[in-house]
Amino acid sequence: MIDKSVTSAMEAIADLQDGAAIMISGFGDAGAPAELIQAVVDHGATNLTVISNNAGSGEIGIAALIKAGRVRKVVCSFPRMAASHHFEQRYRSGELELELVPQGNLAARIQAAGSGLGAIYTPTGFGTLLAQGKETRNIDGRDYVLEYPIHADFALIKAERGDRWGNLVYRKAARNFGPIMAMAAKCTVAQVGHMVPLGEIDPETVVTPGIFVKRVVQIGAAPVVVAAA
Amino acid sequence: MQRMSREAIAQRVAQDIPEGAYVNLGIGAPTKVADFLPPDREIFLHSENGILGMGPAPMAGQEDWDLINAGKQPVTLLTGGCFFHHGDSFTMMRGGHIDICVLGAFQVSVHGDLANWHTGAADAVPAVGGAMDLAIGAKRVFVMMDLFTKSGESKLVQRCTYPLTGIACVSRIYSDVGVFDVGPGGASVVELVPGLSREELARLTGVAFVPEPVAA
Repeated sequence: MIDKSVTSAMEAIADLQDGAAIMISGFGDAGAPAELIQAVVDHGATNLTVISNNAGSGEIGIAALIKAGRVRKVVCSFPRMAASHHFEQRYRSGELELELVPQGNLAARIQAAGSGLGAIYTPTGFGTLLAQGKETRNIDGRDYVLEYPIHADFALIKAERGDRWGNLVYRKAARNFGPIMAMAAKCTVAQVGHMVPLGEIDPETVVTPGIFVKRVVQIGAAPVVVAAA
Repeated sequence: MQRMSREAIAQRVAQDIPEGAYVNLGIGAPTKVADFLPPDREIFLHSENGILGMGPAPMAGQEDWDLINAGKQPVTLLTGGCFFHHGDSFTMMRGGHIDICVLGAFQVSVHGDLANWHTGAADAVPAVGGAMDLAIGAKRVFVMMDLFTKSGESKLVQRCTYPLTGIACVSRIYSDVGVFDVGPGGASVVELVPGLSREELARLTGVAFVPEPVAA
């Protein structure tokens, strides 16, 4: 029997190595897998590259990882947020490298990795500082910038419900980067609010098919009770 | 001259958004446009974080922090609205599926170059978000801004001095002193607030305006 569920966030990321590249879902706090990130803090892996839309704010999540000195590089579109002081401090002191990527290019590069593409030509950023030094090409009269896929060792994502095969559905705008990051990492770990029996998720509404997910851990919610047949 | 308030500019932008349009409103002042969309028109608001059919802010106490806008403020979903992931959301933006986006700006050039993500200050923490995708992806890009900085410099310029967000992407500027079209042919006046002459506008901006295109 295939059972991708694990019992704790720590078990879900136990084989994380120093120097790993980790994708972390979320747009601000919506969809951010706070408990999985906390497990990475507790785990102690260091010299990490974090790929996420933001670079953490306040004291938990990515901010906690940066505060603990575990992050070498951040790849993101918008690191400057209210209370992003831990990022800002390490960035200004030169301890933290930043690769700033327009948000749509971040998504497209993640999708390119998950789709097995070698590179993409994107119109976004052409003629700007963020395309400096990059190869460009004019295709049918429009200018494009060559951008490479972003791969990761781990994707840590948050979904609303999951089953033991790794099928996932999300909640509202907390979906954001979860589905595309799930496709781009060697090991995708989903924290879910509810672990449900196989078949409970309508196959027509599965958002992330289980093939993209290695481990599922239920966090912070009681199992859904299914009435006996 | 009678300068228009932020609200009046937002209301003016809203007049030009037709029924059925798919629209992305940038963070900051453009968000106000939503307050003035005529209730008799069905208009689809898109939010980059995966929402179509975005509705107004919820009542106090009804906030759902999984339902936020690009500025990370709580919003609601209209009946018929839907959610999707970031890949699909930026496909809508970059792929030319969004009819209109409304953005703020530091500078816009007469040819429609946009600078709105970075002041160029060396000590600034850079952040770009979805600005570059929106600038080049929407069918029409409206900029909503005061035409002058606090110190009186024109934000409509011959050539941007701030780092660019996109090249030749803005089609129209809605400002506190008038509405202007920009593009390959240069800048032209659509309308001016009462008390501002074209001569005075040219003097204040230092920009050469071209005659407005004659409607075919």
